[in-house]
Amino acid sequence: MKRITHLLTTLAANGHKAFIPYITAGDPDCAATLRVLHVLEAQGADIVEIGVPFSDPMADGPVIEAAMERALKSGTTLVDILRTVREFRKTSSLPVILMGYFNPFHAYGIERFAADAGDAGVDAVLTVDLPPEEAGEFSAMLRKQGMAPIFLATPLTDTKRMAVLKKIAQAFIYLVSVTGITGERNGLAAGLAAKAKELKEETGLPVVLGFGISGPLMVRQYHDIVDGFVVGSAVVKRWEETARNPAKFGELKTFIASMAHECHRNDIRP
Amino acid sequence: MFVPETLIPALYELQERFAALSRDSGFKDVLRHYLAEYVGRPTPLYYAGNLSKRLGMRLYLKREDLCHTGAHKINNAIGQVLLAKTIGKERVIAETGAGQHGVATATAAALMGMDCRVYMGEEDMRRQAPNVSRMRMLGAQVAGVAQGTRTLKDAINEALRDWVTNVRTTHYVLGTVFGPHPYPTMVKEFVSVIGREAIAQVKRAEDRLPDAIVACVGGGSNSMGIFAPFIAHRDVKLIGVEAGGLGIESGKHAARFATGKIGVFQGTRSYVLQDDNGQVLATHSVSAGLDYASVGPEHSFLREIKRAHYSHVKDDEALEAFHLLAREEGIIPALESSHALAYVVKHASSFRGKLVIVNLSGRGDKDLAHVEGLEAKL
Repeated sequence: MKRITHLLTTLAANGHKAFIPYITAGDPDCAATLRVLHVLEAQGADIVEIGVPFSDPMADGPVIEAAMERALKSGTTLVDILRTVREFRKTSSLPVILMGYFNPFHAYGIERFAADAGDAGVDAVLTVDLPPEEAGEFSAMLRKQGMAPIFLATPLTDTKRMAVLKKIAQAFIYLVSVTGITGERNGLAAGLAAKAKELKEETGLPVVLGFGISGPLMVRQYHDIVDGFVVGSAVVKRWEETARNPAKFGELKTFIASMAHECHRNDIRP
Repeated sequence: MFVPETLIPALYELQERFAALSRDSGFKDVLRHYLAEYVGRPTPLYYAGNLSKRLGMRLYLKREDLCHTGAHKINNAIGQVLLAKTIGKERVIAETGAGQHGVATATAAALMGMDCRVYMGEEDMRRQAPNVSRMRMLGAQVAGVAQGTRTLKDAINEALRDWVTNVRTTHYVLGTVFGPHPYPTMVKEFVSVIGREAIAQVKRAEDRLPDAIVACVGGGSNSMGIFAPFIAHRDVKLIGVEAGGLGIESGKHAARFATGKIGVFQGTRSYVLQDDNGQVLATHSVSAGLDYASVGPEHSFLREIKRAHYSHVKDDEALEAFHLLAREEGIIPALESSHALAYVVKHASSFRGKLVIVNLSGRGDKDLAHVEGLEAKL
């Protein structure tokens, strides 16, 4: 948690934005996940978001859904994922966010999960289907172990709702760029700039933009309005291609590096 | 409300509007009008004389199969589509398993002039082909779902994804007492007309309340519809029958109360068939409408407080009951409803001399080709 806040503060001081690539754990197995995490770090990721596969990912589009199916097919469990984070932690101090759906955490036991995830070196947890109304107990357990509960805001989030988020969210607000599911888009919702500005003012937290971010141009377009970018499907798609065709590995690296570069420019003016 | 943030404002709006409309006499009058003149309510409570004699009990059938479109689903669909229209939505979406809820929603949408898209697993489209044709005939788009197990749960995932994307213009007509609040409450309200009628009808016919009510439980809407008004009458046994598929020991079933654990799935907390890691398991039933990994949260509650009892029967037992009702009473039941009937047949000795109502939730026209196909293989 402290690691994320410190990082976002430092980046902001230099006019940089956080680059947060996403990868589904266990796609196609956890050894591969550990390898790709190192690649993401080497190419300039500031934070990594690791998806916990779930059989019914209702907020995800086809790319991430397919990645979760591959991960489950190879038998990936939460135990394996925490072991992978622990392994990654041996050589990296990059903040790690776990993203998932509540049932696997619930089945693991939420108190045990909070203890084990904190111990493995997880910094924050985003539970997609656990809005503030249902998140009280779980969030308290995460905080107790030094992790931040992350919450979503959307183009439909109004001022009243922002006050609800402010009470429970920590580290940053994850602003969903569209009313919709994950997956690359050509354009994002209208009025995002005003929404991001209001969110920052109302919650006092940095705002990170995610869902639909497809490439560097989009980062440039929204560079000025948020504190970071989560890039999911665009990374997962390229990673999956390298599994079928190792020659594509260079493309993945170039893409990650170009996204990191775009996030870390401070010469962009509106 | 275990759903992504994008849906939260829509759920609050729905709660508010539903609460207001359920006190609005104008809305209730319009709904009553459609239920009487369009759906064909009240449906008969039929004394099944031949079967009663054979089984040694007084057996009544609540004839939801005689509703327009052939199942109890229309009661909820009319209510929700009317609500959607009243609150200014332009489009409705639905998931469907057996196709009955899809047909009911497509019907209500045609009646009220709304766009309609129905999500259906490809496996279910195969099993319930006649209903796919009906939905298309009614002007609805049917979107096949090829993900996951290609059944009801995957159709719900796709419907939720559509709703997350089009939440401003679209109302999601969820077809059972499941999902995030207020759906379990709202759907219960719309289907409770079944039980309210049954109370009045059985009193008229027998001058007393029944000893037991038996209904099949998929998501749990027909059973909740007939149970709810009887809950306060504590002497009436309420029995829900789940799909035992090929048998509990085979692992191929949808008996959530037999082997499920509490989990959080598709917006609600209830019993879920899941593995040790919290991944939702594939289910099996001969009947698409019962082939679902979880069950309405209020059923879990009724079981918890021991007000209702839940059991299961297997595919072959349901098929036997299907034929039995056709031959004894000249009524071809849906395979779903056949499960409730099969339970009564199987446990006839414990019902000897008793007054029993089975909720005959739907008719079996949709199942004919499927049953013939299954039996040709035997």
